[in-house]
Amino acid sequence: MAQLSGLGNRLYSGETSFNIIGNRKRWYSISAVFVLISIGALAIQGLHLGIEFKGGSSYTVNKAGISVEEARAAVEETGIAGELIVQKIGDSKIRIQTGTLTSAESTAVENALVAKFSVAIEDIDTQIVGPSWGKEITKKALYGLIAFLLAVMLFLAMTFEPKMAIAAIVAVVHDVLITVGIYAVVGFDVTPATVIGFLTILGYSLYDTVIVFDKVRENTKSIAASGKSTYSDAANLAVNQTIVRSANTSIIALLPVGSILFVGAGLLGAGTLKDLSLALFIGLAVGTYSSIFIAPPFLAALREKEPAMIALAKRVAARGGAAPVAGEVRAVRPSTGRGPRNQPKRKGRK
Amino acid sequence: MSTPNKTVKSSGRPGRALAILALILVGLSATALLQGATSVRLGLDLRGGTSVTLQPRASNDANKVTSEAIDQAVSIIRQRVNSLGVAESEVTAQGSGTNRQIVISVPGDSGRRVVDLVGQTAELRFRQVLATAIGTAGTGTDAATPVAGVAADINAKFAALDCTNVANLQGTGADAPSETIVACDRTGASKFILAPAEVLGTQVSKAAAGIDTQAGNVWTVSLTFNGDGTKAFAALTNRVTSLASPQNQVAIVLDGLVVSAPSINEAIPSGNAQITGNFSQVEAQDLANVLKYGALPLAFDRGEVQQVSPTLGSDQLEAGLLAGALGMLLVFIFSVIYYRVLGFVTVASLLVAAGMLYLTFLVLGEAIGFTLTLAGIAGAIVAIGVTADSFIVYFERIRDEAREGRSLRSAVESGWVRARHTIIVADMISILAAVLLYFFAVGSVRGFAFTLGLTTLIDLLVVFIFTKPLMTLLAKIEFFSSGHPLSGLSAKSVGTKSPMTRAAATENVEG
Repeated sequence: MAQLSGLGNRLYSGETSFNIIGNRKRWYSISAVFVLISIGALAIQGLHLGIEFKGGSSYTVNKAGISVEEARAAVEETGIAGELIVQKIGDSKIRIQTGTLTSAESTAVENALVAKFSVAIEDIDTQIVGPSWGKEITKKALYGLIAFLLAVMLFLAMTFEPKMAIAAIVAVVHDVLITVGIYAVVGFDVTPATVIGFLTILGYSLYDTVIVFDKVRENTKSIAASGKSTYSDAANLAVNQTIVRSANTSIIALLPVGSILFVGAGLLGAGTLKDLSLALFIGLAVGTYSSIFIAPPFLAALREKEPAMIALAKRVAARGGAAPVAGEVRAVRPSTGRGPRNQPKRKGRK
Repeated sequence: MSTPNKTVKSSGRPGRALAILALILVGLSATALLQGATSVRLGLDLRGGTSVTLQPRASNDANKVTSEAIDQAVSIIRQRVNSLGVAESEVTAQGSGTNRQIVISVPGDSGRRVVDLVGQTAELRFRQVLATAIGTAGTGTDAATPVAGVAADINAKFAALDCTNVANLQGTGADAPSETIVACDRTGASKFILAPAEVLGTQVSKAAAGIDTQAGNVWTVSLTFNGDGTKAFAALTNRVTSLASPQNQVAIVLDGLVVSAPSINEAIPSGNAQITGNFSQVEAQDLANVLKYGALPLAFDRGEVQQVSPTLGSDQLEAGLLAGALGMLLVFIFSVIYYRVLGFVTVASLLVAAGMLYLTFLVLGEAIGFTLTLAGIAGAIVAIGVTADSFIVYFERIRDEAREGRSLRSAVESGWVRARHTIIVADMISILAAVLLYFFAVGSVRGFAFTLGLTTLIDLLVVFIFTKPLMTLLAKIEFFSSGHPLSGLSAKSVGTKSPMTRAAATENVEG
């Protein structure tokens, strides 16, 4: 931990620097691969939707010593048609999921379970979802997503800069695509709780990005006047200065989410807590990555296209390009990348 | 860069901010005490119970989905649910305008009855029977010759109708009163061609369940018609009594299914009728209630039914609380390891935020009927992260300022000016997400959004009136301002070349 503090300090002063903006093509390629895999998996495998989305019924019996086979046999005897999934959850629970049933069929299944395992009917946890319900909540989730993206874009454009808003949204879309892609690849169940998780990721990913952008804005405020560094250099320093902060906020955010995941998956076996925290856990990790490696480089690329910034880059290059970003400290670790000091040269050659 | 002026100004009032905090906490506690709220109201998923979400069915006939119709449906369903006598049951409409769902929550284990009760549209009609046959498909054509005065397409429909198919026994309630219809009976044993309705459920003024001792102690529902209903029913019974079977039968149709179709032996001018239909006691009582409170103005699809046993409820509550405690503990440990004594500022701030959240839950439970659900607990736990993030942003800013050579006292103030902006923007986004989630979502998502938004607001408040003033006070203490190795602000961990004390001394000279 103490070493982390020390690293934070060296990153702040520019003594140690990871060249994140300059290597943007590398991060783009990595993300592009993941995004393509995600889209591919979504197109080919699709998502494994829970009964909340496709309609159906779920019955959970909680009694020690009951077996999946017994439960399946009991339910099959009622003669209901269609899909039947019987799973063991935790030590003593069996969950039976069926397709859409009529009230009469549903009652028949419950009675069969009551008779087979001699439990009270009140002790069977039941969830019945109508076939059109999924469409309704999917529609609402999509509306919510679109409204959120628009509102955030407007908000960021007003508090920061329009281009920061674009870069932030690109990062968020990236996060959601990859997170959903992981769900498609692994085949985790998607339930409404998962969707809550996805939507919350949006907020979180933006939170991280905002922290970085706030510093970028501060560092780039007067670069045109000073003419010492290009936009990319200043942005790169900002990213380096906030890396420790981003790492800390992400760890702090992951700790509670991790404990929900641990308790939800370990003690309850399945349900709201597990579904929600799994989506959050994956999304947070992806969100942290994008707030460092996707959003700032994308922003820098957008800004570097502005005539004023092109002119600035030329001016910096004309000064010899060796403008140290923070004081006259020499790079202690030249091996960690080319360092911000070398960037202007490369830009100048282009 | 903040001006020294600002620095002096904002550091001058930590006492006042802390006093405001104390006032808020005392105010919340007093409100909770006055309300008599002793514990947070728990949602059904945490204490067991049934919740049913009904989705208005879009149809293009007379039953159009309007805002008024939904309001009316809510009040009728509320009466029906209240007739069960279960305490603390709730009927609410969620969403906005015509795009609303009706959510019914009933605690305890009477859920199965509620599900059957609330979903019924309860459109009651009295129709003359024109033809009848056993319930299987293909029986109409040979068993009953086309009935005079019945259109060919109705006859064809009648022949094709298969009442053994459960899909035809759902009780859709979609029969138009002015049309001749085909219908199954409730058991699926027989099917009917029925004339246009002559008496409607709206003409029933009273309904009661009772035992008919003459018919062998069976449960029946007796109806009393209003003036119009009495006249119409008298006319109907008077007309059919002289006809041949089956046209002397009057079918009592509930939600498109025939409950019973008694033969009428004499005209009934009294305005009373009785429905017999192999009812159990509960069925008879529920049907009477449904008829008493009237039909729903809309047809509904059962969106979601969730029944949680008290055992699962308490398991989920336990798991939620455990996850919360564990998450909090991990954040404490991380903060203290990384920020040393400064980490305790995080711990204290989180505890203040948690206390404030608990009091708010108490007050809101009484004030607006807020109930804490599992998703809500998850939202609060997730918010621990958001809240702690604010402190980190601030602490790292203080360190940044110290790295630029400021004294701790000065860094606490100038770091705050910068961190404040970041914290406000980041929290605004979190709140924006919560508000939009709340308005666009249904069911459990709303509970999550509500607590997430609430905790983010509390986070903002705590950072402003607790964490920041506390830091201002701590910066005056030798232990921190001298940069003690355990303070989390030592020269080593901050990385300043010179100890902070020296920087402070320099600044004092300047000042």
